[in-house]
Amino acid sequence: MDLVTPALGLVFWTTLVFLIVLFLLNRFAWKPILGAVKERERSIEDALQAANKAKAEMERISADNERILKEARIERDAILKEAREIKDAMIKEAGDKAREEGQKMLAAAQMAIENQRMAAVTDLKNQVASLSIEIAEKLLRQELSDKDRQKALVDDLLKEINR
Amino acid sequence: MGCSFYICSGFYATLQERFGMSTTSFKLFIFSVFLSLVGTSNLLAQHGEHGADSLQNAAHAAEHNATEAAHHGDEHGAATEAEAEFNAAALIMHHIADSHEFHAWGEGEKGFTLPLPVILWTDNGLVSFLSSAFHHDDAGKHVVEHKGQRFVKVHDKIYYANESADAHGAYVTHGAEHSVANRQPLDFSITKNVFSLLMSAFFLLLLFIPAARSYRRSGGVPKGLAGFLEPLVLFVRDDIARPNIGEHRYARFMPYLLTAFFFIWINNLIGLIPIFPFSANLTGNIAVTFTLAFFTLIITNVSANKGYWKHIFLPHVPLWLYPIMVPVEIIGILSKPFALMIRLFANISAGHIIILSLVSLIFIFKSVAISPVSVAFVLFMNFIELLVAALQAYIFTLLSALFIGLAHVEEEAHH
Repeated sequence: MDLVTPALGLVFWTTLVFLIVLFLLNRFAWKPILGAVKERERSIEDALQAANKAKAEMERISADNERILKEARIERDAILKEAREIKDAMIKEAGDKAREEGQKMLAAAQMAIENQRMAAVTDLKNQVASLSIEIAEKLLRQELSDKDRQKALVDDLLKEINR
Repeated sequence: MGCSFYICSGFYATLQERFGMSTTSFKLFIFSVFLSLVGTSNLLAQHGEHGADSLQNAAHAAEHNATEAAHHGDEHGAATEAEAEFNAAALIMHHIADSHEFHAWGEGEKGFTLPLPVILWTDNGLVSFLSSAFHHDDAGKHVVEHKGQRFVKVHDKIYYANESADAHGAYVTHGAEHSVANRQPLDFSITKNVFSLLMSAFFLLLLFIPAARSYRRSGGVPKGLAGFLEPLVLFVRDDIARPNIGEHRYARFMPYLLTAFFFIWINNLIGLIPIFPFSANLTGNIAVTFTLAFFTLIITNVSANKGYWKHIFLPHVPLWLYPIMVPVEIIGILSKPFALMIRLFANISAGHIIILSLVSLIFIFKSVAISPVSVAFVLFMNFIELLVAALQAYIFTLLSALFIGLAHVEEEAHH
């Protein structure tokens, strides 16, 4: 039957034309189009990757900044603390030194007072002694003018020594 | 009769006078509409051979009718031939079939028919002449002589002519069932379908090569025509090739799948345009669908791997089933492209048959009043055919991709 019998001529021409069209389109259409599409897909992929990389980089940088800031803060705190410690130490040292100095001055003053006092006491003792000697001299002169009295005195003194 | 005369439905008044109508041709018309609706669209797509049979019957009946009409006309002489009864089935079958000349419009001297080159490989070598040499004769009455050989044309087939004419004036010997017993030269003529084929090839190149070139100018950005075509190309790549063939292998089949898809689609669309030089029923021709399906068959089996052949000759079934399974698998190799061939052929032919049948209603009823109904139905059918044109291109390409994908059986998949 004609309708369902493939005609040789049309089979021949279809094969020929289809193959030529296939060759030409493959060479001049499909390859450039699919190539361009692939190129574009790759560039989009690259761009996305680059964007992701940039994002990661940004994150890394901001994390770095954070870290640096944190470190700086810690360092600042440390410096402040150190400064405070130094200050405290200085104050304490100054206080100690002052106290020590004061103590030293006090001690010197005391020593001076003591010395003065000792000198005064010595002076006083000397004066009392000289006075006593003077008195004793006067007394002795008076006493020794009388024999009895001399004798009583010697006895008294002896008694004192024997005791 | 004008094969694409239904375009000129505006001239119904003049044509109406020319065509008569009988109850037999009306019954035949109903029969062909029924067949084209039920037989071709569904049956053919499902069960290739049965559908082909019914279509064969329809075509056979049509030819029978046409021959009868011709004989009838002979009895009354050539003058009454124009007033012969309107035969919708013969008209439709004439349109569906290929032709050596491209009828554009009108009838006889007033009309215009594009003569196409006849190229024959005869006993004496290559012979070529214009189809106008036959003077529109299609009953074997006009003999053309070339290289000492005589040719006649009967039902758009070229035969070696007899020495003398028979009682009807035909230079052929009729065999059983109106077949022609004469020998035929090999016919490589530029027929209506070949003309349409060359035109569509030209359109394809005209469409895609400039589109592809525009990428270079725009630096890879699809603009204009490329912007329209690229989504279609990507559709074939991402929805047809990739999922069915696989990510690693699809690329090398892309040229064939893309070419097949756009080739079928553009030819389907060209077939829908009723105005000369379009309207040829190219993708509804079995030779074309056969060739395309044959390409798929070759590509499928050449690209097939060991697993596929193992699956056919050493299937994973008990040994005693081999006498059944191996032949079934071997038939399967052929039945897949066979279904491709029949599906495209039947769908596109059916569309042409339905549209022509609906237009023929006007001439069958011999009434202007029926034309709004015809026009409405034809409009409706044309929209459906527009869908079918793309759908069949898609299905052919999709199934080709699927068969190619199935021919690559992964060994791990079997256990």
